[in-house]
Amino acid sequence: MQTARDLKEYRGELKSALDNEFLRTAMDNFAVAYRASRAKAFAGMDVDGLVRDIAMAKDQAMARMDELLAEFTKNAEALGITVHVAGTGQEANEIIGRIAQNANCKRIVKSKSMTAEETLLNHHLEDLGLTVTETDLGEWIIQLRHEGPTHMVMPAIHLSRFQVADLFSDVTGTKQEGDIQKLVKVARRELRAKYAQADMGISGGNFAIAETGTIAICTNEGNGRLVTTLPRVHVALVGLDKLTPTITDALRVLKALPRNATGQAITSYVSWMTGPSECKAAPNGTKEMHVVFLDNGRRKLAKDPVFSQVLRCVRCGACANVCPVYRLVGGHQYGHIYIGAIGLILTYFYHGREKAKNLVQNCINCGACKAVCVGGIDLPRLIKEVHARIQDEEGHPLQSSLLGMVLKNRKMFHTLLRSARAVQKPVTGGTPYLRHLPMLFARGQEFRALPAIAEKAFRDQFEAIRPKTVNPKYRVALFSGCVQDFVYPEQAVAAVKILAKYNVAVDYPQDQSCCGLPVQMMGERESSRSVAEQNVAALDPAKYDYILTLCASCASHLKHGYPEILGPDSKADSRLAAKVRQFADKVIDFSSFVRDVLKVEASEFRVDGRKATYHAPCHLCRGLGVTEAPRALIGLGGLEYLPAEEEDVCCGFGGTYSMKFPEVSAELLKKKLANVEKTGAELLLTDCPGCIMQLRGGLEAKGSAMEVRHLAEALAERLK
Amino acid sequence: MSENTRLADMMAEKAGLVSAIVARIKTLDEAFAYTLDVCDKKEACQLLPSGCESDLSAEAGALCETKLGKIIAAPGLSADQTRAFGEACTKAGVEFLTEGMRSHLAGIDIGFTIAEAAIAETGTFVLDSRSEELRLATMICEVHVCVVPVSTIRETSFEVEDYLRQLAKDGPSYVAFITGASRTADIERVLAIGVHGPLELHILLLED
Repeated sequence: MQTARDLKEYRGELKSALDNEFLRTAMDNFAVAYRASRAKAFAGMDVDGLVRDIAMAKDQAMARMDELLAEFTKNAEALGITVHVAGTGQEANEIIGRIAQNANCKRIVKSKSMTAEETLLNHHLEDLGLTVTETDLGEWIIQLRHEGPTHMVMPAIHLSRFQVADLFSDVTGTKQEGDIQKLVKVARRELRAKYAQADMGISGGNFAIAETGTIAICTNEGNGRLVTTLPRVHVALVGLDKLTPTITDALRVLKALPRNATGQAITSYVSWMTGPSECKAAPNGTKEMHVVFLDNGRRKLAKDPVFSQVLRCVRCGACANVCPVYRLVGGHQYGHIYIGAIGLILTYFYHGREKAKNLVQNCINCGACKAVCVGGIDLPRLIKEVHARIQDEEGHPLQSSLLGMVLKNRKMFHTLLRSARAVQKPVTGGTPYLRHLPMLFARGQEFRALPAIAEKAFRDQFEAIRPKTVNPKYRVALFSGCVQDFVYPEQAVAAVKILAKYNVAVDYPQDQSCCGLPVQMMGERESSRSVAEQNVAALDPAKYDYILTLCASCASHLKHGYPEILGPDSKADSRLAAKVRQFADKVIDFSSFVRDVLKVEASEFRVDGRKATYHAPCHLCRGLGVTEAPRALIGLGGLEYLPAEEEDVCCGFGGTYSMKFPEVSAELLKKKLANVEKTGAELLLTDCPGCIMQLRGGLEAKGSAMEVRHLAEALAERLK
Repeated sequence: MSENTRLADMMAEKAGLVSAIVARIKTLDEAFAYTLDVCDKKEACQLLPSGCESDLSAEAGALCETKLGKIIAAPGLSADQTRAFGEACTKAGVEFLTEGMRSHLAGIDIGFTIAEAAIAETGTFVLDSRSEELRLATMICEVHVCVVPVSTIRETSFEVEDYLRQLAKDGPSYVAFITGASRTADIERVLAIGVHGPLELHILLLED
């Protein structure tokens, strides 16, 4: 639940979560175990194909939500189900309350439903004097603690066995020990008594199948089967997004949902309920059955050209499972009711701006969620969109508008950077780091040394080193990005050295500016769009074979971000959209260019046998899907590659994220450096200057001897 | 290898992965004998603490006390099967039930069913659960024994789709896909079997 009034309060909550040792260990173990079990569950399957099919089927279904609702209603009513549609959560609660009162029900058992969490159904029913018992073990535990879930599938993942034992001691009136198997059995007996007494059962629904009027639910515990069997009344509370045309659609999602949620091929129970079933506790021997559909913004979402894809969500929780920030802070801090990346988005639509405004800034944009989503939802982009919408509604913070304003004017931006170099001497103490930052900028930044602005920007060095080529093999435009231009020009210089050796003609168009990702991250859409246009104008794709960049974040933004920002769906005219397509197609990262286009060979590099490990930048391995080329280059370049654990987990940089949430950034970095140092390598290689800034800064701050290099530098140094 | 054998092997392997106990049988009488054997050993070894030995609240404890003797419930069998199994149970001194599960919510020893179909790739069997007695018998039992005729095993869930649809079009229905015993990992992600339903699941592959 989100109660923080502003970002400062929210950061305070994050800090206390970071101090929770149990939570941290539990989440770490889970994150590592989940990856392995998910991979095993999907082994041998065409996952990308399955994701595409699910996304397409969901999109088609959501486009005709009302039609499906009508079909479901017709079929369900013919079977004897009463169908209700609630506009809001409150309305849904009132409908269910009335059903209970009309049927004279007093005791209710519930199986797990995120939709009921969304409407805060239990509070309403309890206010009516009804007794409600959650029967999913995790849900029961958090109900006893009067708190919300911290995971959509494992609601009590934040609690230890001892906390559960204390709760159960209260329930049974006798002291319980922290033996998990015994605690589960205590729950079995205590809850069995609740089923026996209940006169109403409430479930959610994973699928509402229009062609047959069927509600299907997935559970592992089997509580869903008891909840829908013993009481004489059954109410299923289902979001309109769960409407699905056919059984085929449900079976298709069922192939992905349990595998992605918990690494299971299927849940222990899948119950397909078509119409009211036999019930010996009911006066006429047949259950009274109701389906309550919840809108609460879903109909509007279905019509939203940007956000309709969030309705593809199957509630597997995987976007939380892989999120490095969720892993650190847990679900109470990483959601309101819905948790994880999808929660950051849904909170805005289902629970409003106030609950979403802080949360939505806590995305480091590493793309891990997008890579794992079985609905293929572009979660990171939509999180930024929500942030931008909130800023448009509430007004932009000064810092963010200023940055937007400066970036829009390249000359002003570059002049500012050059002036910074001139005045930074007092804070560098002659080192390449900013040693004595004024307190205003240094707050929370002690975990890393921040680099100084370089003596001479790359743009001012380029003409002197431009390769002289005759009949060049390729014509390449180099896009340096701000960090290589002004902080680490030596990386771009190293790349030019390699390109020259392989007879590549290189151009460095001087009108290029920041790629715009930082302002996109901060919700400054207008300025993001403006710099994108400037760069496309500066680097005319028609003149080059490739647009090469050594920065993974720039590369992925230029390749995938630009077509979104300036593509056919945006306000751009069609000529610009076509040019942007051509531009994006020509963007290539350094590793892929060197290995796959230049096809460098090991014989061209000196072997010195030094041991190197690798950090996979988020925007390279997931943003561009490049995973093999950089690792292969380490070996080709004469180094010995020692793989590190969790190489593709974010280093914690995230651009402006690390300034806004330094505590989270510091923890991510700590974990990353621990994994890297465990390899025993002397060199840490990567291919993103942003990651280098973070990694090198972290190693410098802790006084480590490990060197951090861009792959381009490592290769250039060993080039024969 | 025949297609049936291939699917039966896959079913056995996948069900085994979710800790179901799989055995092969040639006749239904073998299934009855197997079940009585499980029932007999279960009682002897007390392998399956169902929670009643724990310290419970008065209400939950009271429900435990209503359970007496050994009970096998098999509500979904044909008249002949019911007679045969019933007699075998009586001979073994085990109470045999086909109805009245609501008076046994504290628990019964074994629920016995015959599946309509099975999905080999996930080790799942499909149970027509329209009967409330059958639904309850498979949930309040400590051990669920299900006979899966090999001829009904299909490889994927899409091959049982027509069956699901037909049943749904024929009027109210309740169909269950069951894969392994009732399980939870809600406390510290530690796997615990038998949170609400059976503590053990046996699948008997019947070569028909």
